Amino acid sequence: MADLVSQAKELLDSGAVQVIIGYAAGTNGTRRPHVARSAAQAACLVFDEGCVQNLASYLVKPEVKRFGKAAILARTATARAALQLMAERQIADGSVRILVEAGDSVAVLDSAEALEAHLALQAEGISAKDRELLERLRAMTHAERWAFWQKELARCVKCYACRNSCPMCYCERCTMDCNRPQWVPVPSHAVGNLEYHTVRAMHLAGRCVECGECGRACPVGIPVHLMTFHAEDSVRRQFGSEAGRTAKLDYALSTFKPDDKETFIR
Amino acid sequence: MSEKNIYLPYLMRIAKVTDEAPGVRTFRLEFVDEIAAQNFAFQTGQFGLYSAFGEGESTFCIASSPTRKGYIECTFRETGRVTSGLADKEVGDVVGFRGPYGNVFPIDDWKGKDLVFIAGGIALPPMRSVIWNCLDLRENFNDITVVYGARSVADLVYKHELKEWDERPDMKLVTTVDPGGETPDWTGRVGFVPHVVEQLGLKADNAVAVLCGPPIMIKLTLPVLQKIGFPPDRIFTTLENRMKCGLGKCGRCNTGSSYVCKDGPVYTLAQLSELPAEY
Amino acid sequence: MAETYTISNEALDRLFQAMAQDGRRILAPVDADGRIELQLVARPADVAQGYLQTILSAKETVFPKVERLLSYELEPSKVDLKDATPQALPTVLFGIRPCEASAFAALDAVFNWDTRDAFFNARWQNLAVIGMACTQSDAACFCTSVGGAPDSTKGSDILLKPLADASGYQAEVLTDKGRAIQALVPECFLSSEPSPFSPAVVESAFDQPALTAKLPGLFDNELWVDQSLRCIGCGACAFVCPTCVCFDIQEEADAKKGERLRCWDSCGFSMFTLHASGHNPREKQSQRWRQRVYHKFSYYPQRYGMLGCVGCGKCTRACPVDMNLKEHLKDAAEVQA
Repeated sequence: MADLVSQAKELLDSGAVQVIIGYAAGTNGTRRPHVARSAAQAACLVFDEGCVQNLASYLVKPEVKRFGKAAILARTATARAALQLMAERQIADGSVRILVEAGDSVAVLDSAEALEAHLALQAEGISAKDRELLERLRAMTHAERWAFWQKELARCVKCYACRNSCPMCYCERCTMDCNRPQWVPVPSHAVGNLEYHTVRAMHLAGRCVECGECGRACPVGIPVHLMTFHAEDSVRRQFGSEAGRTAKLDYALSTFKPDDKETFIR
Repeated sequence: MSEKNIYLPYLMRIAKVTDEAPGVRTFRLEFVDEIAAQNFAFQTGQFGLYSAFGEGESTFCIASSPTRKGYIECTFRETGRVTSGLADKEVGDVVGFRGPYGNVFPIDDWKGKDLVFIAGGIALPPMRSVIWNCLDLRENFNDITVVYGARSVADLVYKHELKEWDERPDMKLVTTVDPGGETPDWTGRVGFVPHVVEQLGLKADNAVAVLCGPPIMIKLTLPVLQKIGFPPDRIFTTLENRMKCGLGKCGRCNTGSSYVCKDGPVYTLAQLSELPAEY
Repeated sequence: MAETYTISNEALDRLFQAMAQDGRRILAPVDADGRIELQLVARPADVAQGYLQTILSAKETVFPKVERLLSYELEPSKVDLKDATPQALPTVLFGIRPCEASAFAALDAVFNWDTRDAFFNARWQNLAVIGMACTQSDAACFCTSVGGAPDSTKGSDILLKPLADASGYQAEVLTDKGRAIQALVPECFLSSEPSPFSPAVVESAFDQPALTAKLPGLFDNELWVDQSLRCIGCGACAFVCPTCVCFDIQEEADAKKGERLRCWDSCGFSMFTLHASGHNPREKQSQRWRQRVYHKFSYYPQRYGMLGCVGCGKCTRACPVDMNLKEHLKDAAEVQA
């Protein structure tokens, strides 16, 4: 495994960056995000197979941004999210040092162009397990799929772990937080849960980088990532575009093209 | 249900609506239920949660004095969802009220003392109750001084009462507006409240100060009062925090080990300095 | 005064039937696709085996995630206000851990402080707790650091300890509610001497009284910033926590009718203390993280004479970014003030 941690520490020591966003050992053998702003804090950084979370949400967090320039240890999902954030003008092109594995060595990507080039070589999409679940969902009738999600979402407690762990959910005032009008009910009853998750899936259609962080974050084990994966996949099939592959914003749901296949819009 | 539902409000009919200033309105509310009207009592400093049915509840002090029976008053600024819902209501409409909650101004302890009330802008409503309460028990107190300032003449609330207070020989009223906020016929002072307080020649040795206003006004007036010689346990203020239950249960107003809805909203400066500045 | 009995597996089965016949519903940890959740069960065989804890806490039984407080109908110049009655069905909580059983006292302290919350009380009065002592723990557990233990009887009406030969349980009948359950099938409870029981090992991680005494001086310490850097400000910790009780009151209405609902809230949310004016006393995540710790370990002791934490570790396990509370508290106990 390429030694991303040493490279990141060098960047911190040299002053090229003021903060490292990476991973550390967690409870019960897990790995967790770790933000280090000193050599002492960087001592516990690790990078191994257990490090799978998408860290890009820390790039837009004011509490982390205030320290200065960041280096981030990036799996494909994190890199895709960083590129999408650049496309959406949430982070400036060139403002972050993105450390990725390039074979056995470390590549430091510090531009959108470099990110694009790197990501073009990464084949990985969603996991085989999730692919299979998505296909199973797709094969269901409307009634079956409705029943599936009613059952799953009954467990939702509206903790917003899914939203807050998503790098693309960076709005300072989320739609859910608006109370004039209260677009979506706050309490976690059937309507409150369903409306929240469907709105979020729609807000991510064409923007989801398919990291699965939301599903991993859910404390009650609802596979919410399948909703956004499905929405992203639908955009890919219908419009040919995909989040986190290019620095040029290509958001299908808000881009008008004269040759749109829908006649009502022409 | 065997126990009373503590979240159930009284129904109140709006008896009078007064527009005080742009976006600021006073309601006089009467209990719909006769028995509630007879049994209701409160003490000055306490607050309640007022419902605009359909929108929710909002927290305001009870702005009328407990010495005035048969109604309560509240003054609010149209800021968000609930206050906008309230602002739409008219005389005869029904709103909700839960209360009285919170602690009280210890006016019994103030007997024989000089009272200095200092308020800024929309912060006069919490003080109006205690000012009237003291005026209604006038013989209990020594000199009463009220200093009230706002950004401009239009922003002064309770304009009718300011006139009444100005004409009373048993109290001193000093009104002021920020420089630039005066109108051609303005006869009050022009200047920020802290400066005006400094110029009044107040004596602290047998006096109590009650201070309420925007954070910047409090920040600049406190040193003035301390310089005059008011000790921290004779400077009172009333806090406003985001609240939902008003009963010490929902956790929202918890500041340090204090719950503003239970241990407050009235605090002395001495008590406030024990709390983290998270209010 | 506790009395010790043995209850065999067969006898427990008969007890479940008797409780059901007595009109009580039984909630117990159940294996739901690999997740341990509290669900309605009919027989002991439905209960999960070899589980550590449920993901969500049992507080849902007395403090549901959504609760109607009142409703109303609207006409011009008229409001028809309707009280709400909680649906408080007689319930037995079977198989929750001693940490969770002890948490009900912390909820009671808040819901009955000065004014009595009828919704909580109706449910709690109709609830009996048959706790199950722990034979295993994990790295997130720290009950012994906060005055608890894997075999503590606090909060249980009956406490069960699995017998070494798996033939049944030792049962301690602790309260009137426990005795009322025993009285349903007294023959199922065989008087016996306490049997040997090896509780889970939970090493004490920090000196809690020393930490509580230290906290006031740590208020402005940088460690709250460092600890909270990875926190994403969601409500997972507060919602799974058996003692967290902060709530929101939401109005849902149309032009003709409406209702007021209570729902779970978290001091970790950015809008928790936000004023309508835009002023936010706790606008940084580090302030909100600090509030969580202080509320449980400093303010609760001052106000209610007890901690607001039972060391169950649910928050740690539920947290998407592994905010390990035991670890954070240990670091706070050791930091230079």
